Amino acid sequence: MKPLEELVAALDAESAEWVAALTGPAAERAQREARLHGMLVRVALHELGRRRTTSPWLAGVELEDLAHQAAADAMLAILRKLGTFRGESRFTTWAYRFVILEVSAKLGRHYWRVHPPVALEAEAWERLPDRFGLDPAEHVQRAELVRAMGRAVDETLTAHQRRLFTAIVLEGTPLDALAVRLGTNRNAIYKTVFDARRKIRAYLVANGYLEQEGTGAR
Amino acid sequence: MNHRDRLGRFLATDPADVGCEEAMAVLHVYVDLIADGRDAAAAYPGVAAHLAACGPCGEDFEGLLAAVTSP
Ligand SMILES: [Zn+2]
Repeated sequence: MKPLEELVAALDAESAEWVAALTGPAAERAQREARLHGMLVRVALHELGRRRTTSPWLAGVELEDLAHQAAADAMLAILRKLGTFRGESRFTTWAYRFVILEVSAKLGRHYWRVHPPVALEAEAWERLPDRFGLDPAEHVQRAELVRAMGRAVDETLTAHQRRLFTAIVLEGTPLDALAVRLGTNRNAIYKTVFDARRKIRAYLVANGYLEQEGTGAR
Repeated sequence: MNHRDRLGRFLATDPADVGCEEAMAVLHVYVDLIADGRDAAAAYPGVAAHLAACGPCGEDFEGLLAAVTSP
């Protein structure tokens, strides 16, 4: 058997049908692409609607256009990568992943149209208590903890870690938006902030502000 | 939960966490396992750790799961 036929034979019936149609004769292929495109637009619209509840800044944003752009870009990626689909999941799940990731990428770029970039502040510590819902009734402890956090950030983080930690944690910049602004990707920023969290926590534990327990390693 | 617990939990990092790139590379497989009622977290513990800790990847996960399970 040819590789494609072998793959199709190994897939669940519905996924096999998708792959066969999208690699088949032109007329059938065009019809199937149009159907897939319609499904991607529907998923993108639904997802953007869902994100409105988790990203308050989306409230006034026109979502129709973003959904169509995400679906179109996802479609291109799907057709380009069709040869890499190995049937580890249903075809539709594999395809929808592209449009969900496109929605995130589009929102990361769109964020800056709604929030024009301002200089990243190094001193936003007064917002920390609200960020963690620290109880004002415990204001002495709270002020002490905030000062310790400030020291941990100053003494243990690199300039790059400090900048990203401040932008994400204190200023609340979405990670994908920050990735767009800095010309990097989500993974690189996550890893940097991950290391920063680990270092700050170690400092607070070593200096008696936090207890060792609850590290997730137990 | 007092403020120290909340802060401690936010700062805690799981050594098993695979990061965004690896988690997103298998997101479709992970979501299909869940949609089929199987234990995705047992099959991919490092991905489960990541999705619990990373806001944007957690969003993508919720979105893909909603896309495949909603009619
Ligand atoms: Zn992530």
